Amino acid sequence: MSATPTLLGLYRPGTTALHRMPPGAKLLCLFVISIAITVVRGPESALVSLSLALVLVIWARMSLRVLLRALRPIIIVAVLLGAFQVWQRGWPVAIEVVADLFALVIVASAMTATTPIDAMLDTIARAFGPLRRFGANPERIALAMALMLRSVPGLLEIASETRDAAKARGLERNPRALLVPMALRTVARAQATGDALAARGIGDD
Amino acid sequence: MPTIEIVDAAVTASGPDGGVTILEPTTLTLTEQRIAVIGANGSGKSTLARLLNGLVRPARGSVRVDGIDTRKDGASVRRKVGFVFTDPESQLVMPTVAEDIALSLRRLKIGKDERRARAIEVLAAYGLDHLADVSVHALSGGQKQLLAIAGVLATEPDILVADEPTTLLDLRNTKSIADLLFGLRQQLILVTHDLELACRCERALVIDSAKVVFDGAAPEAVAYYRGIAI
Repeated sequence: MSATPTLLGLYRPGTTALHRMPPGAKLLCLFVISIAITVVRGPESALVSLSLALVLVIWARMSLRVLLRALRPIIIVAVLLGAFQVWQRGWPVAIEVVADLFALVIVASAMTATTPIDAMLDTIARAFGPLRRFGANPERIALAMALMLRSVPGLLEIASETRDAAKARGLERNPRALLVPMALRTVARAQATGDALAARGIGDD
Repeated sequence: MPTIEIVDAAVTASGPDGGVTILEPTTLTLTEQRIAVIGANGSGKSTLARLLNGLVRPARGSVRVDGIDTRKDGASVRRKVGFVFTDPESQLVMPTVAEDIALSLRRLKIGKDERRARAIEVLAAYGLDHLADVSVHALSGGQKQLLAIAGVLATEPDILVADEPTTLLDLRNTKSIADLLFGLRQQLILVTHDLELACRCERALVIDSAKVVFDGAAPEAVAYYRGIAI
């Protein structure tokens, strides 16, 4: 149906050690690894992190197809960024920046590929639990985060539909024919989602 | 059967030239097991349907489900009244099939593993268990609508309001979804353009220009609707 990359659609059920690791621990590891990748400088260490990230992917038994789907959205950014760095600061920095970027995204996608969103929601709800005494509703925070992540592919879908509609009327070069309907559809989609959540009684209690 | 009482309920919206009436003051008592709502596009059918679970609140008058006012306690009403939308796409909010059912079950305050087990049970009841870990995007239109209905029924409502649930479906899926809806123990309020389906209900309402213009047995209601439409 839709060919847009679904961020959270990356989850693949399995029984590897990564799948069985509690989501909280995984989130914490992701946090620590990301900081380490960013802080440690130099092209050699960047290549080491990239290889370690790939080891993680093999460990999680992620298929090449799933990995490529996760990387597709950042390939253009990586190419532009790499070219810019080569031009401005030379090859070593370009390699470091691009390898770091890929390593971060690969580690993060290993997390999403091995963690069902339901488990992630539970973990987030638990992490925000202490805020309950200040009047926050952790379940609601977790749901809002899930919806936010879920709406990214939705928005991409709306964008491509709007582009097709504009093209069908020969208006693909007209920014108004793209932006106005896109904004309206986005709001309409948000309202439909809100109605659906309300109808299912989610957020009522 | 539950009792839905609509007393002098009207719905208005503010427009550029002042208020627009979406539903004229309407008084109805709905107690039959299956009630169809038919009428033209934009006549107010969906608004009437949304009044029943408090998604739309009346500007005047009241709507009560088994004595609970939708304006005072919308949350309790929505626990009793399940709602199925035309487009299952907007109703399904989680990435995978089992996760979407699990979202409905969050209200039960049970642990993650039990929620998952119950979600699989629910899916099995609708023959969807083999798709538990499949992305919602990958389902066919009929499967999506079936999943949306399963997600609503998982919370065990007393009433099911379905707003044109078969409009986007092909003939075969329409039949299977309709058979499912008509086999339920729940009270069913079915908004539809499918007049054959409407005829299978005990009672039918015809809505035209924001008013209930006919209320009675389904075959007569369908004949009346044909009369005013063509």
